[in-house]
Amino acid sequence: MADNPQFTRRRLLQSAGGLALASTVAAPSVLLAQSSDVIRIGHLTPRTGFLGPLGEYGVMAIDLAVEEINAKGGVMGRKIELLKEDSVNPQTASTKAERMIERDKVACIIGEISSASCLTIAQVAQRNKTLFINTGGNSDALRGSDCKRYMFHVESQNSMYVKTAGRAFLRDGLVKGKKWYSLTADYAFGHDLLKVSKRFMQANGGDFAGDDLVPTDAADFSSYLLKIRDAKPDLVVINLAGNQITNFLKQYAEFGLKFPVGGFGFDTALAWAAGKGNFVGTWPVVWHHMIDTAGTKAFVGAFTKKYNKPPENQAWGDYIAMKIVAQTINDLKSLESPKIIEHFEKGAKFDLLKTREGYFRASDHQLMHEMYTVTALPADKIKNQWDIFSSGAPVPGPDESLEVIAATKEENSCTFPT
Amino acid sequence: MSMLLMQQILNGLLDGVYYLLIALGLSLIFSLGGIVNLAHGAFFAIGAYLTLVISPYLGFGGALVLSPVLVALLGIVIERTLFRRFYRSDPILSLLLTFGLAMVAEQALRMIFGAPPLSYSIPQALRGQVIVGNFIYSFYRVVLIGIAIACVAGLWFLLQKTPFGRVVRAGVQNPDMVGALGISLQPYMAAVAALGIGLAGLAGVLLAPIYAVHPAMGNEIITPAFVVVVIGGLGSFWGVVVAALLVGLVKGVMVGIGYSAASTAAIYLLMLLVLLFRPRGLFGERMTRLEQ
Repeated sequence: MADNPQFTRRRLLQSAGGLALASTVAAPSVLLAQSSDVIRIGHLTPRTGFLGPLGEYGVMAIDLAVEEINAKGGVMGRKIELLKEDSVNPQTASTKAERMIERDKVACIIGEISSASCLTIAQVAQRNKTLFINTGGNSDALRGSDCKRYMFHVESQNSMYVKTAGRAFLRDGLVKGKKWYSLTADYAFGHDLLKVSKRFMQANGGDFAGDDLVPTDAADFSSYLLKIRDAKPDLVVINLAGNQITNFLKQYAEFGLKFPVGGFGFDTALAWAAGKGNFVGTWPVVWHHMIDTAGTKAFVGAFTKKYNKPPENQAWGDYIAMKIVAQTINDLKSLESPKIIEHFEKGAKFDLLKTREGYFRASDHQLMHEMYTVTALPADKIKNQWDIFSSGAPVPGPDESLEVIAATKEENSCTFPT
Repeated sequence: MSMLLMQQILNGLLDGVYYLLIALGLSLIFSLGGIVNLAHGAFFAIGAYLTLVISPYLGFGGALVLSPVLVALLGIVIERTLFRRFYRSDPILSLLLTFGLAMVAEQALRMIFGAPPLSYSIPQALRGQVIVGNFIYSFYRVVLIGIAIACVAGLWFLLQKTPFGRVVRAGVQNPDMVGALGISLQPYMAAVAALGIGLAGLAGVLLAPIYAVHPAMGNEIITPAFVVVVIGGLGSFWGVVVAALLVGLVKGVMVGIGYSAASTAAIYLLMLLVLLFRPRGLFGERMTRLEQ
């Protein structure tokens, strides 16, 4: 042995020390992952780009939720540690989801707004058998042909939005025998929404006058407004997303067009940005800050105290998803995704800050819950910059099943391919 | 030709005027300093946000004057501290610099004003529509275009008819010769950066009432503005003007004839065609220092 110059005790110690040092430096997270005093949850959502403003509400809300949960002792006696990242685009979202699961060992991932990014995150979640709760992606395809056993949806699907707003349009006599003209965001979400809108309007006797696909980078709507004016529709349907809705509303008021306006997808932040006098029409939302329940009042109060402005509907999605996860882990005394999924699929009920409790539908993992329409208030009835709309009654009504507004099996079926 | 198509052509031409305010500044700064200013959109956004800050105190009119001036002063600071170090270096370095600057500015706006879009409306006195025959247009946009045309005319006069303009134009063509004649280009560079960046700030003020005001709003306008500069050709004032109108026209007509989904793609196709047949752009001049 002594003949071998490479194998001395000193060398051995050096190499061992070096190895230990290298592994500490190279893989700190592996070491962290073994510590059992915190439970890690991943939060991924767009914080830049055209969905960024909405994502920021999601971030503020989940921070608040974690703060509240930890103040009450955390889950299973451990504190929650949130890992937050900007999902940017579908490719980046997928990479970051993979890192959160494999390196940081998160218990589950919550978040997202873009339907396209939801799909790539869900693929990673499915492969790694880790729960993903979608809080903002609307497309029916995510609950249909692209559905995944490990993906659940707190955000409503397009069908629910369309049937909620559609009821209001039917009530106002804007559908049967009336001409409707639409503008559609030219990407996955918009195409899906247009398909569902056409199905609804056709079934209820609406007369389709035309549609323009709008590139997602378009900021000026004057040429579209001229076409709408020329088409003289009875209802203008806006199936756009993000800041484009704000731009459209501001310019619609600017050009003085008076046709009734509405849409099948919406976020209250866009109404606030359009502002008094520019915001018009009737729109569907999953939740808004003026719902008259104790739960909503407490959430709005805490959020406003922390951030000096009321939460918008995207804030509700991330807040409630975090609360659902925490409650479930506490009830089950388990972090394992398969057990949580089983619990959800059995129809566990959750308080959603609304008048009724909700549950995840086992057939497509969609949260069954009440939705609302908001209608712009006339300028003289507006008291402040936030309360610029009035709320419709919860949809479905108190005597109906929560499932009546969701897509039926025939409209959108999910088989959970493995 | 149908009435609607005529409306779309006219509307498209008018739309081109907004691109012009952004593109002229871009073109000036690139022509004289060789800086590809990717942060130009950020100055546009800063102009819009300053409007929201100033107008509660001084009204929209006050913001219209003060906001571009403040943005121009910021432009001078940026030129003195950052741009000037990159005039003689590889354009890729200034590209990296301004790319970073754009991100810093966007994030700074997000930190100061928050990520959600802010609300701002057309001032009461400028609301309403102008209807000529069957053509409808917003009164505010008529005012906007009037201001934009006045600025473009003023800039043209400054560049073509004054001693200041003669030095700038000479500097664009041959900076070494200008130096040899004993004229320092330094103060001219600062003035040009102030003018170009101030114009972006002005565009921000003018568009704040009709666009969503959010931290990334500069990104919406910077890409078409670059397309305009490339189509028009570097160093050519009228090239940029013609290209801006052309880009507005192509976009408007594409929407008008029912191909709205391709309206963005169409302007890139237009750029490709122009570059294929006229590599220096429509009216671009040969600049030896850029074509070695």
